[in-house]
Amino acid sequence: MPNEIAKGAVGPGCAKVDPILVADNVTRQFGGLTAVNVEHVEIPRGKITALIGPNGAGKTTFFNLLTGFDKPNTGKWIFDGRNLAGVSSYKVARLGMVRTFQLTKALSLLTVMENMRLGSQKQTGENPLLAMFRTVWRKQENEITEVARELLTRFKLDAKSDDFAGSLSGGQRKLLEMARALMTKPSMVMLDEPMAGVNPALTQSLLDHIKALKSEGMTVLFVEHDMHMVRHISDWVIVMAEGKIVAEGPPAIVMKDPAVIDAYLGAHHDSDLGAPAKTKGKA
Amino acid sequence: MDQILSNALGELLTPMTAAYALAAIGIAMHFGFTGLLNFGQAAYMLVGAYAFSMASLAGLGLVPAILISLGASIVLSFILGIPTLRLRSDYLAIVTIAAAEILRFIVATSALDDVTGGSQGLSGFAKEFYAINPFPAGEYGFYAWTMDEKGLWVRVVAWGAVILGALFVAQMIRSPWGRVIKGIREDEDAVRALGKNVYSYKMQSLIIGGLLGTLAGIVFVLPRAVQPANFGTGLTFFIWTILLLGGASTVLGPIVGSMIFWVLLSLTDGLLSAGVNSGVITFIAQEQIGDIRFMLVGLGLMLLVIFRPQGIFGNKKELYFNA
Repeated sequence: MPNEIAKGAVGPGCAKVDPILVADNVTRQFGGLTAVNVEHVEIPRGKITALIGPNGAGKTTFFNLLTGFDKPNTGKWIFDGRNLAGVSSYKVARLGMVRTFQLTKALSLLTVMENMRLGSQKQTGENPLLAMFRTVWRKQENEITEVARELLTRFKLDAKSDDFAGSLSGGQRKLLEMARALMTKPSMVMLDEPMAGVNPALTQSLLDHIKALKSEGMTVLFVEHDMHMVRHISDWVIVMAEGKIVAEGPPAIVMKDPAVIDAYLGAHHDSDLGAPAKTKGKA
Repeated sequence: MDQILSNALGELLTPMTAAYALAAIGIAMHFGFTGLLNFGQAAYMLVGAYAFSMASLAGLGLVPAILISLGASIVLSFILGIPTLRLRSDYLAIVTIAAAEILRFIVATSALDDVTGGSQGLSGFAKEFYAINPFPAGEYGFYAWTMDEKGLWVRVVAWGAVILGALFVAQMIRSPWGRVIKGIREDEDAVRALGKNVYSYKMQSLIIGGLLGTLAGIVFVLPRAVQPANFGTGLTFFIWTILLLGGASTVLGPIVGSMIFWVLLSLTDGLLSAGVNSGVITFIAQEQIGDIRFMLVGLGLMLLVIFRPQGIFGNKKELYFNA
């Protein structure tokens, strides 16, 4: 089957035609536990890539490392031609790689609109010496508000724009967080479990929003541990288990990969552990 | 009775009330808007009081003395902030409370008698301030608020500083800068993920609130001598009481909170001593009144936090969404 994403053979750590992010030798240890140990991985530009794996596989830790929220023990990664290892999180965001969180971080006591405005970059009024003078930043503020209003309409949050973000439901907060991330005008969006805790009705709309990001030319990398959710929207799937990348490829193929099934269900999922010693090993 | 009431109402406009209000606006900036726990506002007031009086006594002039105090305040913010602002907020609380005590012991030490006046403190430094008093000598005001020209001058300056400070903070908070600050209070990682340099903003907030505390220290000592004993932890906690009384994330709250605090303190003092003197209250002695009124303040604060945790001016709605 011809493949326009991978260059050469498909397999864990394979090269991509046009990678936006290339990570090498990224490791993170917590005491004796190696949470992340990624030898090589490339994320294709302009595609939706899912990072899946069972609980404790190191997906979120890897995410935190890539976005500067945690420091690796070793390794480096190049985002759009720039080495991001050791770069602090706010600078990573300014460079166009913006993330959301697994536990949604809506700023509760700010209104939905203020949450949105906060996402905009290079605001004159955020300079403490200029903040006093409304005339200096009023025009930019109006432009930001306009962009924010359009995004809120798209995410169907426009009716809530003057409410405290704390009054939104869990699913609405996920939407707000995604919309707020878009205010930074990113080139790559990193979503940490965007579907977690969202009711099925809203899931479809979230999936559509993620697809829309791709059609606008953004690269999406998202963490998810529900494989079936992933199948619908991702162009590429990377599977992590015990800190390592164990498989990758187009979703339909990866799902059948024995390494993935092992990672999720254990290597002995079809042997009867209750039956008297027929096999030697135990899961 | 009339005397008690007029004494209490007189507290509304004293420079002391103004100084506490200004210092409380400072921690409103720190705690109410940014979420920084500063338990050392007394340190900033001490720096203001001592730097101002020492520079004045050295003959540097009024304006340079104020500028030196503000500079010293910024230095203090860096010393307190650089090691702690990357850590959780509790660390700033510990460091600030310790720093305030360290500074108080340093200025009170007898080795520094020549510079800081040791435990005696400093006096006679405000001559220049009163020399530029534009009000001619005489009696001013009415009822509870009568004062001489010196009293009027210091009140005008003190409340002028409070109003300017409050307007400044209100204007800052309504700007995009204030939006970042409030975002940090809610969740600093979220703000970081949006490309804001959280550490720098926290430092800016610490500096601004500290400068307000320093100005409060200057206002505080203008009508009196500088005494190290005035800058104990009690000062910081009175300011916190005032802040919580008025509402932590409001600008008007600290001002009204300070007025209510001092009026109530004077009122309870007056009523208790009148009761004791006239034999109505027999179970406490005259010399116990000073302590008992603070117990009443403590009780009042407990009731306030239980029944109106948002303070007088706070928005009740804001409490619903506290995680």
